[in-house]
Order: sequence, then C-alpha cells, then structure tokens
Amino acid sequence: MITALLYTAAGLLLFCLGLWSFLMHRPLLRKLIALNVMGSGVFLVFVALAYRGPEGAPDPVPHALVLTGIVVAVSATALALALGRRLEEAERD
Amino acid sequence: MIDTLALAITLPLLGALAAVARPRAARAIGLITALVTTAGVAALVIEVAQFGLRRTDLGGWGAPLGIALQADGLAAALLAMTNLVALAVSLYASDYFGDGPIRRHFWPLWLLLWAALNGLFLAADLFNIYVALELVGLAAVALAALTGTREALTASLRYLLASLLGAITYLLGVALLYAAHGTLDLGQLANAIAEGPVAWTALVLMTGGLSIKAALWPMHFWLPPAHGNAPAPVSAALSALVVKAAFYLVLRLWFGLYDTAATLAAAHFLGFLGAGAVLWGSWQALRAERLKRMAAYSTVAQMGYLFLFFPLLAAAEPGAAREDLLAALVLFALSHGFAKAALFLAAGHIQQCAGHDRIAELSGTAQRLPATTFVIALASVTLIGLPPSGAFTAKWLLLSGAIAAGQWWGVLVVLAGTLLAAAYSFRLLGRAFGFEPTPYRCITAVHTEVPALALALTATLGLGLAGDALWTLLQVGGPR
Repeated sequence: MITALLYTAAGLLLFCLGLWSFLMHRPLLRKLIALNVMGSGVFLVFVALAYRGPEGAPDPVPHALVLTGIVVAVSATALALALGRRLEEAERD
Repeated sequence: MIDTLALAITLPLLGALAAVARPRAARAIGLITALVTTAGVAALVIEVAQFGLRRTDLGGWGAPLGIALQADGLAAALLAMTNLVALAVSLYASDYFGDGPIRRHFWPLWLLLWAALNGLFLAADLFNIYVALELVGLAAVALAALTGTREALTASLRYLLASLLGAITYLLGVALLYAAHGTLDLGQLANAIAEGPVAWTALVLMTGGLSIKAALWPMHFWLPPAHGNAPAPVSAALSALVVKAAFYLVLRLWFGLYDTAATLAAAHFLGFLGAGAVLWGSWQALRAERLKRMAAYSTVAQMGYLFLFFPLLAAAEPGAAREDLLAALVLFALSHGFAKAALFLAAGHIQQCAGHDRIAELSGTAQRLPATTFVIALASVTLIGLPPSGAFTAKWLLLSGAIAAGQWWGVLVVLAGTLLAAAYSFRLLGRAFGFEPTPYRCITAVHTEVPALALALTATLGLGLAGDALWTLLQVGGPR
C-alpha cells in the first residue's frame, strides 16, 4: 500500500511541477514539455491506482486508460509542434 | 434494429474518412453526410422523447468494463441543437470556401468535430468524455488554424495549449474519482459518490479544467482571438457548439453526479465568475472594432449568464421551481447556440462582400445585404433577450429566480448585461444603415443567407414560441 501511495504522490508532484513550468515559461517547446510532464504525472497516478499488492494481478482498466491517454498526448503534441512550425515559417516571411 | 446512438457518431466519422480518401468529392460527401447525420440524430431525439432514456453498451460489454452510450433528455436537447446548427453551417460552408486547399482540409476536420461533439453528448463514462473532449479540442484547433495567417496560427496555438491544460486537469480529477470508487460510469458513480476530500478535489479539478474549455471569465483569454480569426463557418461552430460542449459537462458533473446542496459556496463562486464574464465580455463587445471580435466577446458574456444559474440551482429545493430553472438554463444555451451561429454566418457573409468587418465602415450594409442585416437583427433580439426569443423566457426565469432567492447582485448583473448587449447590438445595426437606395432583392446569396436566416429564426421564434417542448424533453432521465 505504501508503494502505491508513494507512486501516487510522485505523480501528483509531477503534475504540479509541470503546471508550474507551464505557467511560468513562454517558449512553446517548454510549455509542451511541461504539458507532457503533467500528463506523465496523471498517467503515473493511474498506474499506481492499478496496483493491488504483490500477489494480486493489477487492475487492467487504468492501464487501458493510460494507453489511450498516451495516444491522445502524442497526437496533441504533434499538432502543437506542427502549428509552431507553421507559425515560425509565417513569421519568417 | 439499427442503433441510432452509435449511428450519431459513426456516420460523421465515416464521412470524414471518405472525405480524406476522396478529396475531390469532399464537398459532396460532406453535404450528404451532414444530411444523413442530422436525419439519424432527429430519429434518436424522437426516440428519446417517445420512449425515454436510450442506452447502449458497445460490443455488448456492460459497465464498468465496457463503453456505454446514453441519451437522456438533456443530451437529446443539446444533440438536436448541435446537429441543426451543424447542418446549417455545412450548407453555408459548401458555398463559402472556393476551390482551394482550405476546402479540402475543411470537410474531414469538420466532420470529425461533428462526430466528436455527438460522441461527447452521448458519452456515459468519465474517460470516454475525456477522449471526446480531446477530439473536439484537436479538431477545433485545426479548424481555427485553417486560413494559415499569422494571427490565426498564433490564436490557434494559444487555444490548443489552453485546451490541453484544461483536458489534463480534468483527467487528473477522473483519476482521483476512479481511485475512490473503482468505476467511471456516470450512473454508477452518481450512486457511489460520497462527500469527502477526494470527491471535492476531483470536482474542483474537473470543473477547473472544463471551465478553461468553456471560456469562463477570467479563463476566456484564448477565445476572442481564436474565434475572431477563424473562417466564418468555423467561428460559428466554435462559438455555438464547442464551448457549449464543455459547459454541458460542467452541468452534468454538478447536477448529475454530485449532490449539489453542499456545494453552495462553490456554486456562488462560479456564479461570481459568471457575473464577471457578463460584465467584462459585454463591455469588450461594446468596444470591439471588428464585427467578429464583437461576436466573440459576446460569446464570453453569454457563457457567463449560464454560470449565473449555478448559485440559484444549487440553492433551490428539488421541485417544479428547480426544474424550471434548469430548463431555462438549457433554453438559454440552445438559444445562444442558434443565435451566435447565425450572427457569425452573417458576419462572414458581410466580410466576404465588403472585404473587411470593421464595424465603423459597414455603412450601407442594410441596403446591400438586407437579408444578412435582418439575420443580425434577429440574432441581436436573442442576444439581448427581447421577447419572443427563447433567451427572453430564460432570462425572465433567471431574474425571477434571483429575486425569489434574494440574490440582488445577480439581478443587477443581468440588467447591466442586457443593457450592454442592447448597446453593442444597436451600435452595429445603427452603423449598417446608409443613404444608398434599397434594392429590390432581399436575399442576395441563397447558400449563405438562407442557413443563417433559418438559424436566427429558430432562436427567436422557434425556441421562444415552442419552448415548452423542451420542458417535456428534459423530464427524460435528466439531472437530479
């Protein structure tokens, strides 16, 4: 139980660190990395929730949620990077 | 039997795929999909009205493991508005975009947004809602960036970052609720949720995330540039539908999932933010120099009215008065959806004809584009809340609710917001008249003016005079 709590707390800490970084930094890349750190924090919370002690099999539902969440995070990051590149090109002209 | 719940999502999704595969025929595919989807959703709404709650477990897997779709009265009402507005926007867009890359990119993204919106209204579990929310956000951002100008790209990027922040915050709330109750299904959660620090933290996180997406003041900063710089059909969809989707989720959480009697202080806080949105949004709309900016700030203000209902709803005892307030809230959201879409479509037509949308230089629009000016006037009737529009009924119930509850600050905010709305609408309409002779033709462009006219008429006459149908529909398994 202590293990799961430690991981959950680490996930929440990651979320807060990411949020702080997202709000404090202006450059797009930093903001994106910060968002991904926040996402990783949430995923860590989910994975820690799935833990059911050393004997029991972990709960599969949070794992499925994390997989979906990763796919969404990757697509969103890709869209943001594409927009950022287009913006840079538009500003160069 | 055909499952209309699944059809509402699959039809636009298939259309989007077909439009990607055959870009040359994208417009025809888009129009056919729009018609078929609207027909399918109409069938679903009729089913809900006749037989009550509709629910389906996809693939035969029940909750808590499977993904369920569910349509109650509230979902059906928003689905009906969304699909009618989307149909009008599709008809308008078929003529708005000339031949070019924008048209090829518009249709797949637009149909994807449509599928995601329908999915969001039908989702019955918290994680499914998250996925639909992200799909709506991604499609909306890509649509807002369609023109590719520097302003549009900057605005879309800001919109994307705000939207991602909102979604990830919402997801953390979902994780906490799953930790506490081991289910994501809305129905099961509503029975299981107990007051406590975990439940409240989850509610704060989810509401916070969603209110960024619903552009609640002061988290509205991303909305005016994103909605003001998008192509007109996209602005219409963003302002009328996308922010409403996030608001719909807040409504579900507060009055479907949680017992709200104990959240009175939090509801007052949301109401206070709503009051800020009404005053600030209306004031900025009054000062706006461009027509689309004005419409975008007016959206911020109108979203504020929706949150003004929260303290009243939380304080009201269950019963007829509370059901009236809830129906008034939904009626307000639907009226604004129709009216704002009409206003943006009209603004787009003016921008195309005049080459700009600076309010100060719109002189003579009333004579050159009589039907479009009429659309703006009709939409203004709803935005101000004059009879016989649906917004009038809703504001009347809001005001009488606020007086009955003794919330005088709410009354003052509604009155001030109404006056400001009248000021910015009349400022626009006053500028539209010039000294030119009035032409013989009223409608100058059928494809663009008729959909906008239909939307404005629905908001002003349809919802105002036939609003009682909504009361019956909302009885179907609505929020407690």
